[in-house]
Parts: sequence; C-alpha cells; structure tokens
Amino acid sequence: MFAPAPFLLKDTSVSQVMTQVCIALVPGIAAYAWLVGPAILVQLVIASLAALIAETAMLHIQKKPLAMFLSDGSAIVTAWLIALTFPPLAPWWLVATGTVFAIVVAKHLYGGLGQNPFNPAMVAFAICIVSFPALMSQWPSVGLQLPLVDQLNVILGLAPRVDALSGATPLDAMKTALKLGEGSQDVAALLANQDIYGNFAGRGWEWVAFGYLIGGLWMWQRKLITWHVPLAFIASLVAISGALWLLNPAQFASPLFHLLSGGAMLGAFFIATDPVSGCTTPRGKLIFGAGAGLLAYIIRVFGGYPDGVAFAVLLMNLCAPVIDLLTQPKIFGMKDAGKGDRP
Amino acid sequence: MLMNLFKFKGGVKPPTNKTQSLGLPIAMAPMPSRLVVPLHQSIGGTPRPVVEAGDKVLKGQLIGEADGWISAAVHAPTSGTVVEVAMHVQPHPSGLDAMCVVIEPDGKDEWIVREPVDYKSLTPEQVRERLQQAGVVGLGGAVFPTHGKLTASKTVPMEEMVVNGAECEPFITCDDLLMRERAEEVVRGIGIFRDLLQPKKVLIGIEDNKPEAAAAMRAAVEAVGEDFEVIQVPTLYPAGGAKQLIRVLTGKEVPASKRSTDLGVQCFNVATAYTAWRAIAHGEPVVSRLVTITGNVHEPRNYEVLIGTPMDELLKLATPHPDTDGIVMGGPMMGFLVPQPDVPVVKATNCLIAHSDRLFPPKAPEMPCIRCGSCAQACPHELQPFEMYWFSRAKNFGKTQEYHIFDCIECGCCSFVCPSRIPLVQYFRFAKSEIWAREREKNAADQAKERFEFKQYREEREKAEKAEKLAKAAAAQAAKKAAEAAAAAAAGEVPAPAAEASSPAPVAAPSAADAEKAAKLATIQAAMERAKAQREAAQPKNTEHLTPEQQRAAEEIESRRATAGLVPPETPVNEKSE
Repeated sequence: MFAPAPFLLKDTSVSQVMTQVCIALVPGIAAYAWLVGPAILVQLVIASLAALIAETAMLHIQKKPLAMFLSDGSAIVTAWLIALTFPPLAPWWLVATGTVFAIVVAKHLYGGLGQNPFNPAMVAFAICIVSFPALMSQWPSVGLQLPLVDQLNVILGLAPRVDALSGATPLDAMKTALKLGEGSQDVAALLANQDIYGNFAGRGWEWVAFGYLIGGLWMWQRKLITWHVPLAFIASLVAISGALWLLNPAQFASPLFHLLSGGAMLGAFFIATDPVSGCTTPRGKLIFGAGAGLLAYIIRVFGGYPDGVAFAVLLMNLCAPVIDLLTQPKIFGMKDAGKGDRP
Repeated sequence: MLMNLFKFKGGVKPPTNKTQSLGLPIAMAPMPSRLVVPLHQSIGGTPRPVVEAGDKVLKGQLIGEADGWISAAVHAPTSGTVVEVAMHVQPHPSGLDAMCVVIEPDGKDEWIVREPVDYKSLTPEQVRERLQQAGVVGLGGAVFPTHGKLTASKTVPMEEMVVNGAECEPFITCDDLLMRERAEEVVRGIGIFRDLLQPKKVLIGIEDNKPEAAAAMRAAVEAVGEDFEVIQVPTLYPAGGAKQLIRVLTGKEVPASKRSTDLGVQCFNVATAYTAWRAIAHGEPVVSRLVTITGNVHEPRNYEVLIGTPMDELLKLATPHPDTDGIVMGGPMMGFLVPQPDVPVVKATNCLIAHSDRLFPPKAPEMPCIRCGSCAQACPHELQPFEMYWFSRAKNFGKTQEYHIFDCIECGCCSFVCPSRIPLVQYFRFAKSEIWAREREKNAADQAKERFEFKQYREEREKAEKAEKLAKAAAAQAAKKAAEAAAAAAAGEVPAPAAEASSPAPVAAPSAADAEKAAKLATIQAAMERAKAQREAAQPKNTEHLTPEQQRAAEEIESRRATAGLVPPETPVNEKSE
C-alpha cells in the first residue's frame, strides 16, 4: 500500500471547478434567453452535444479513459462559451463545426485538457468569423422574438434566413453608423435611439452583460478566479475608451458603452481568465488582462470585425508563456535579495 | 499584550481533527514486551553502539555514543537485557533497515544514577555537552541535535528566540497537552536556551485553536518570573513550520539558502525545551516522548511512550477499529505510512494515526494540470508548484531548480488544494532526490577522474625518478672507476698523501658532469618512450586483428606508399631520433 501524504485533501476536483464555471454562466444565460428567446438554449444543447461527441472520439483515438475525462466538464464549458459568443440564430452546423474544431484541433491536437495554448472557444469564434463572416454577423433584429418553432426552423435550416433576422449587434451598429456618417453622426444622437441602444449600451444586451458580471463576481468570491485578469481587462478598456471619449465624445462611445456591449464582460470574467491558455503569475495576469482589454478595444473600434474580444484573447494567449516567464514572483525569503537565482 | 503579527502568504485550512485526542490527560504507556531502539535518531552522525548482546542496562544508560558534534547520544529507555544489536526496519517511508539495540525489559524500570545540576553553575560549553550526552534533539520532527543550535552567531546579534508551540498539523495534540500539563518545565527549559543564546526577546507562538495551552504557558511564564511573550497566532497550516512561525512572529523570512541565525533568530519546539530541562535539572536523558494516538481508533489519547516501543503495541492502547489498514507516523499533511506495523517509536514520532479508507478516502485518479494556480496561491513559500511539477515530470531538473525547488518544505499545501489530484509533493521529492543522486554521481566521477590523473602523474614521476636513479648510479660507477684509475696511476708514482687527497677531485669533476648528462639523457629517453607509447595508443586500432590476407594487402599498400614517397611522417622522425 503506497499512498503519499497529504492524506487529507480538500474537497475539490476539475469537474467541480468546471461545474461552478457553468453555474456562474447561468445569470448571463437567463438574461440572454429573456432577450432573444429559447434559441440560445437550443444552441447551448447543440454545442454541448457536438463537444461531447468530439471529445469522446478524440479520447477514444488517444485511448484515454473516457469516463474520467468526459466527466471533467471542460468540454461543456468550451461548448457553452461558443454558444454564447456565436449569433443565437446561427445555423446548427455552424455552431457544431466551430465546437468540433475547438475540441479536436484547438484542444486535443495540442494534447488535450490543460495543454492547449489557445482558448478553444475563441479559436472556434475566430475560425468561423474568418470562414463565414456573413453568417457570423447575422444577429436577430433588436426586440424581435420569434416563437420557438420558428427559431428552431431557422437554426436547423428548415426555414429561409429572413432578412428581418439579420440585424447587427449594437456595437456593430454603432461602428457602422459612425463609419458611414464620416463624422456627421454623433454618438450621443445615436445612443438616443433606445430601441437599439437601450439605457447604456444595447437594448437587452446590457442586461446580459450584467448577468455575466454577477456570475464573474460569484466566481471571484468562490476563489475560482482571482481579481487580476477581470480588473485589468476592465481597467484598460475603460482607460482607452475613456481617453478617446474625453478627447472626442462625438465620435467615440463612452467607457460604459464599451463595457456593457459585445463580449466585454464575458471576456473579462470567463474567457481571459481561462487558466490553461492565460497567464498564471499575479503580475502576468494583470498584463494579460490589460493587454486583452486594450486589444479588444482597438480591434472593435478600428478593426474590421464586429467585436475584438476573441482576437484580443488569442493574441494575448500567444504572449502568455513569455509574460509568465518574465513575471515570476519573488519567493519567500528572497524579496530583498535582488535576483532570486541560486547557484 | 498586543503585538503586531505578520502574515505569510498561502497556507490552507484542513479540518483540524484535534478534539478527539484532547479529551483525556496524558497517560503513561505500559511497558512493551521489547524495545527496539534505533541508534540513528537525529540528523548527523550515527551514534556508535556501546553495548552488546547479553549486557544488562539500566534506564537512561548510554547505549549509543554521539559520533561527532552534530550527533546526539542514545540511551536505554528502561532497565533490562540487551538481546541483540542488529538491523531492523525503520519508521521511514523507504522501509530500510538500520542498526538498533533491542532490549528486553526486566520490568523494574530502574534508573541509572541521575545527576541533577543547576545549569547556572555550568559554562555554556558544559550545558551543550550535557544536552548532547542526554540525546536532546528537536522534537518538532526534524530531530536536529539541539546543542548544535545553541551557539550564538559571532557576527549577527541574536534578536529573537522563537519557541514553537503552534502544532499546526491536524490530528496532533501532543504539544498542546504538554503545554497544558507541564508548562512550567517547558518554560524553565526555554530559560536554559535563552541563557545560552541571549536573545533580546523570547516569543512563544501557539495557534489560537489552543487557548488552554496558551493560558497555561502564560501562567507558567508568570510563575517562573520570566518575560517571555506568549503569542496566539492565527490557525493556518503550516503556521507551525519553523520558517512560517518566524515570519509570523518577527516578520523575517528565512530563505532556503540561509540559516535563521543569519537573521538573528533561532527556533525551538516546546517539547525540546521540556526534554532539555529534564536532562539538565533532573539528569534524565531522552528516553521517552509524548505521542498522540488517534485516527481510526476508539479512544484517541496522548501517551508518554518509551522510545523503541513497537507501534502496533502502542496503537492497541487506543483500540483501533477493525478496518484499520496501516499506521501513519506524523500528521496527515506531512506524515507517512510506516512500512510495517511493528517499527519502533523514535524521537521524531509525535503522532500515530490509524489509517483506514474511511478516514482518508483513496485519492481520485490524477488528472492533467489545468494551471488553475491554486497550488501557487496555497504555497507558503510563494513558489509556482505547477511549473515545478511540469519540469519534474519532464525530468528537466535544471528548470526545477530555477523555480527554486529546494525552497519547497514539502508541507503538502499544493497537493491538498489541487483539483486535478496531482501528488505534487511526490513529484518534488522525486526531483530533489534525482538532483542529489546526479550530484553524487558527478562528484564520484570527478573524484575518479582526479584519482586517475593523479595515478598517471605518479607513474610518470616514478619512471622519471627511476631513470634518474639509474643514471646517477651509472655516473657514480664511472666516477668510481675513474677514481680507481687515478689512484692506480698515483700509486705507480710518488706516494704523496697531499696528492692522494687532491688528485681524485679533478677526475671526479668531469665524471660528475657526465653523471648529470647521463641523467638528463635518461629523462629525455623516458619522455620519448612515453611519447611513443602515447602515439601508439592513439593510432588506429582496426589493424590489430587482421586475417593474413588483409595483412598482406595492407603490407602491399604500405610498400606502394613507401615507394611513392607517402610514408607516414612519424616513422622517419622516429628512426632518426632513436
């Protein structure tokens, strides 16, 4: 009998961690479902099924224990993040393709759980928005809530993708309006249109963002995440958007608008905090979060894509190893001793 | 008494499980059927046995003599007969044997003549000597010989003496009960240490889940009239680690590369102070200690146990439940399953936990690391365990050292919190032992190389000396002959005593020069021989085992080359020079 110390262990496991992440997503999902209807729940199911099938296949090929890895919940978290970042009425095969790509390529081809250098959900988003830009930009028109049957028909491709569905996100609408206006459009005047922009940032969408914020704070309170990444992400997004907004409030939206629109909150609390592909040292996490917030703003405001969170996170994933290497904390007893190196 | 406490980063809060064994006072464990007393019970040199089979011994009689300064004596725990001095399995995870003195008790428990002294009448050297002779070692678990820690640094003034009564490991309560029941003797023992080290302050740290112990210690400090501060520290594992307690009480951080005395701090366990007092003031060497017996048993309790008591006999006192399947020595965070149940209690044994799957459920299978960083947040030394794990697993031991693996105190906090159930500490122990093994191998190889080179050098020197000797002998011979010839010539002429005395000199002079020349020549010759030998050694070896046909072919080629003027350059040079 060989069982090494410690004999006492905290009651925790990977599946517990992943389950709690899923629970933390629930407030955001609830607001989302209230906003666009049950379509999002359908997408969550489609993505989850695709993820589990892809995960099973990959585990089988690699002869890894199925039960242990399928129950770890990591594939479900990836699937849910994909479903929540894709347009809610995207065709089922788009969500499924993105999910399978995330699980097979972004996760398992890099070695599986814990080995992926890039956030699998963001890889799926990036691949799909590059490959299917039109489908990935079709968001339901604001305020439009089709009945479940119609939504299912659209998702399953049984009904034509009517133009009425093909709106844009408030973030994208703002960008397009400002771009087309070439300086003649005013942010304040645009925001006055509460049908699109709601009270702060996007009718309905701002409440989804609040939902993610609540879930994120809960994760922080449960010590699933530390404050570093979300705070740095939000701070840098506020700093850059605030600076440009103060400089030219007519052409740049306020920090509040940017915080509550697009994937900012989801990104700050659920995506940039992914420990596998992110930074691990406290200072590294600050740099990672700040970099992701900054890049997200630059891409969403000056770039060609409707939102910048996915690319921002992927770019920061690239930098994570070197950031970690350069931000190793000083250890116990070596804080005054200059370089902590020992012979 | 308000004092500013410091915090250490990390730490965990496992369920303490201490109340079970706190219900009853300390009891004396009954005399076991036999005592197996290992000689090596402290860090440092292994004591030499001074008894043999058949000897009668008294309680407290020396049976193992300290070997060197960092080593502590070992004594017979009771009176009786030495049955054997032999190898027995040790309470160590390795399950290795070590030399033990096995004693059959005679039941009288008869002491040697004890010599209590007032330590104030002794010089510090004498006190240290007595502690060493009494086998006083650190009872917190490290069993470092205490006298070796009682010399103040000559360069750094001793500022604080930290006395460790934290007892942070779950389940263990022996220090708690010691402080409750024997506080005065603990305080007097601390007084000895204080007088030897002369610190500015004495800080006694006790976790705040032991209010009774703290109160007893405060009362004792007052009763004895000392000015020690009894400080309750927050209950947070591993607050009882020496470095963590020093940090909490003084704010100082002792890195792995330094000793605490370099920072003006020294740390002792309360039980060590107690045994030091018994040793000096009562003349009783360390032959017993308090052991918590707990875990999967009916009646958890603390016992005063003779060193050498077989653990299974001891565990029976607490009536283990039938599903008990092993004995953990130490706490559940840093303890280990003993290799077999009858291994003896040693000075490092503070706790025995009856193990069962009900008490400590088997661990779930290890999952891949998800880099969640929980381990880094829990690490009291602020290390990055998941990075060290990664490199240990990859056997990239150089990298583990860059991530300070030798600062790891193996407290188990990282393994405790890991959601992937990775036995991180095991990986670090593996990496450390591999690094040590490689260093030993490298040292051995370096030494072998040195030995070989020295041997070569010596052989050459001997050869040269021999050649020189021969040359000198030849020169002497020549000189003698010349002298004889001169003498013969002189004898043929006028026998003049003056000429006889002076005549050999001119002849001898050239002969001496000859001798020198001959010696030089011999040295040169020897050097050339060596060079030749080396050249031969360096020449291709594939010409050694040739068939006659190959040999012939080679010779033909050689002859062709010779006629073509392609003869290897060494050959003519060699021939010319010889």
